[in-house]
Amino acid sequence: MSTMMKIKDLHAQIGDKQILKGIDLELLKGKVHAIMGPNGAGKSTLSKAIVGHPDVEVTKGTIVYKDKDITDWEPEERALEGIFMAFQHPVEIPGVNNAYFLRTALNAKRKHLGLPPLNAAEFLRLLKEKIKELGMREEMIHRSLNEGFSGGEKKLNEILQMEILEPDFVILDEIDSGLDIDALKKVSEAINKMRTPDRTFMIITHYRKILDYIEPDFVHVLKNGKVLKTGGIEIVDALEKEGYKIFEEV
Amino acid sequence: MGMEKVDKIINSDYELGFEVDIEEEKAPPGLSEDTIRFISAKKNEPQWMLDLRLKAYHAWLKMEEPRWAKVTYPPIDYQSISYWAAPKKALESLEEVDPEILRAYEKLGIPLEEQKALAGVAVDAVFDSVSVKTTFVEELNKLGIIFCSISEAIRDYPDLVKKYMFSVVPMTDNFFAALNSAVFSDGTFVYIPKGVKCPMELSTYFRINAQNTGQFERTLIIADEGSYVSYNEGCSAPSRDENQLHAAVVELIAHKDAHINYSTIQNWYPGDAEGRGGIYNFVTKRGLCEGENSKITWTQVETGSVITWKYPSCILKGDNSVGEFYSVAITRLAQQADTGTKMIHIGKNTKSVIISKGISAQKGQNSYRGLVKMHESATGAKNYSECDSLLIGDRCGAHTFPYLESKCESAQIEHEATTSKISEEQLFYLRQRGIKEEDAVSMIVHGFCKDVLSKLPMEFAVEAKALLDLTLEGSVG
Ligand SMILES: Nc1ncnc2c1ncn2[C@@H]1O[C@H](COP(=O)(O)OP(=O)(O)O)[C@@H](O)[C@H]1O
Ligand SMILES: [Mg+2]
Repeated sequence: MSTMMKIKDLHAQIGDKQILKGIDLELLKGKVHAIMGPNGAGKSTLSKAIVGHPDVEVTKGTIVYKDKDITDWEPEERALEGIFMAFQHPVEIPGVNNAYFLRTALNAKRKHLGLPPLNAAEFLRLLKEKIKELGMREEMIHRSLNEGFSGGEKKLNEILQMEILEPDFVILDEIDSGLDIDALKKVSEAINKMRTPDRTFMIITHYRKILDYIEPDFVHVLKNGKVLKTGGIEIVDALEKEGYKIFEEV
Repeated sequence: MGMEKVDKIINSDYELGFEVDIEEEKAPPGLSEDTIRFISAKKNEPQWMLDLRLKAYHAWLKMEEPRWAKVTYPPIDYQSISYWAAPKKALESLEEVDPEILRAYEKLGIPLEEQKALAGVAVDAVFDSVSVKTTFVEELNKLGIIFCSISEAIRDYPDLVKKYMFSVVPMTDNFFAALNSAVFSDGTFVYIPKGVKCPMELSTYFRINAQNTGQFERTLIIADEGSYVSYNEGCSAPSRDENQLHAAVVELIAHKDAHINYSTIQNWYPGDAEGRGGIYNFVTKRGLCEGENSKITWTQVETGSVITWKYPSCILKGDNSVGEFYSVAITRLAQQADTGTKMIHIGKNTKSVIISKGISAQKGQNSYRGLVKMHESATGAKNYSECDSLLIGDRCGAHTFPYLESKCESAQIEHEATTSKISEEQLFYLRQRGIKEEDAVSMIVHGFCKDVLSKLPMEFAVEAKALLDLTLEGSVG
């Protein structure tokens, strides 16, 4: 089984607050890794470190992706190499047409891969097919990016982007929060459909529900900036019963 | 010796005096009656025009430079400026042109032949501006459209000029308008006859000839009953003009059922990061919706000048007439812009729309100043204003000064204003999707300006977008 990403002794801070305190994590090709942990554990910070968010300063350790040390890469370079994050709180960008934005992003990626750009008509065909599958309203692709979208619509829009961009490494940061049960099913279906032997998922969640639909290969528990425990779905059962305290180091 | 002869000798003396300097292509600095006589003589103007210029000059002498705008600059010495320059000599080849300008032309996607014309290089037969002009003018002539320089109009269409010039912007309207009235160098004249829809954008012609219009332009556009014209002023190529003062006047008249669309892309040299050099741009632009159901639309994209003082306005006199103002103004480096509009509602059920988008980066200061005035007679009139500011970085500033005056109870005025910052989160979101940082900035800025850019004629809009990108290049961080 081959490694997609290897995170070694990762320390990171936001401002001068130390948040990640030595994360070691191996994420495998073709596998789904669930990350759980209490609020403030550093889950979002870890995601941000992986995608190169400028707020997060890595002070020690490395992130190796597809055998390349990407710790100091620009965010767009990581994205073009196939790292995608569905944001916990997608930002609104007024006046930027959703479809136009997506086509620009896709064509940037295609250029990176040495493929010709898709023209507007070709792209629209692809887009319409995807939004139908996701049960999104068509008018949403003509609106400004995330502007005035409901919480659930924003999440669906993140999934739509994932489907269009076909990344190799997908981080889903609390994709399930704020979704009603139907939307949660749609999102889970979309994710399951994208599970391939070449793609890795890192799913951050507080809830068991989405893991029932998606069935992770591994579960990691994060607390206080460190990985406390790694295992299978049985960890979730224990968590459900006892809470995070059962994994506390004594 | 009769007085006439004395005059002639004196005049010729002055002419001679100037002539020497003309070989250096400039009149000596300074402004006096003689300067004005000289300019008028150079242009072979009739006596009546000279008389009007002199009248404006004497009025100007008694006026004071306005200082109410939110801009600061050292005093202007009006006696140190040269008020007349001969058309610049054509350069031999593109190799003589500043490489930085050429780089910009390329980025803007301006065809090579046009680049030459813009840079002041003699153009070859394929794109000879004279022949292009001729083809245009022939086609327009068939429709009775007059499209020529203001100097030609003064000579060839004196009745129209006498009737309309100064009718919207009186020569004593303000300090800079008076100065322009006295010394205006050249500009454009357009007349669209009754019922004629001008079949083309009046732009390309102007663009090719733009390099020699000088610092005191004067434009007069008349749309007769039921006619339509779309006029595009300027072009998006960067102008490195080192002139310090630019004081233009534009007058538009729309008769009953006529519509004038006036679009501007302005990018005079903005000076350096400390505010050295660059154009002082003091412009008076005003349109009169004279007749019922007439409409005037101002659309502008402003990226240049170190100081901008400019308020394209509409006087809505005819019942049901409509005035629109769509503006994008960018200030960066140490640029200061105080710009906006005036909508004066006089007629019944008149409507106005103001959409102003100000973008500030680096040390740029951007002020919107707008007046909406409802006269007692303007029953049922409506105004909608929206002023949005976008800040890039934290050393720049945005300010909004809306003035609302209503003497009419049934008139409605609606004003909205927002200020936002390009946030780290917006930029990061786009970069996370593989979009380069500078493209991400451009996408956010275009999104912010969308409502205005969509009002520009298609080809012009493409240039405006390219210009925005070029302007903002390196402005982030
Ligand atoms: N921008 C920030 N500035 C300061 N502290 C932050 C910032 N973002 C997150 N933190 C802090 O970092 C810690 C980890 O946050 P986060 O990674 O968002 O946790 P999780 O996603 O596991 O709930 C929290 O204590 C949080 O308050
Ligand atoms: Mg979080």
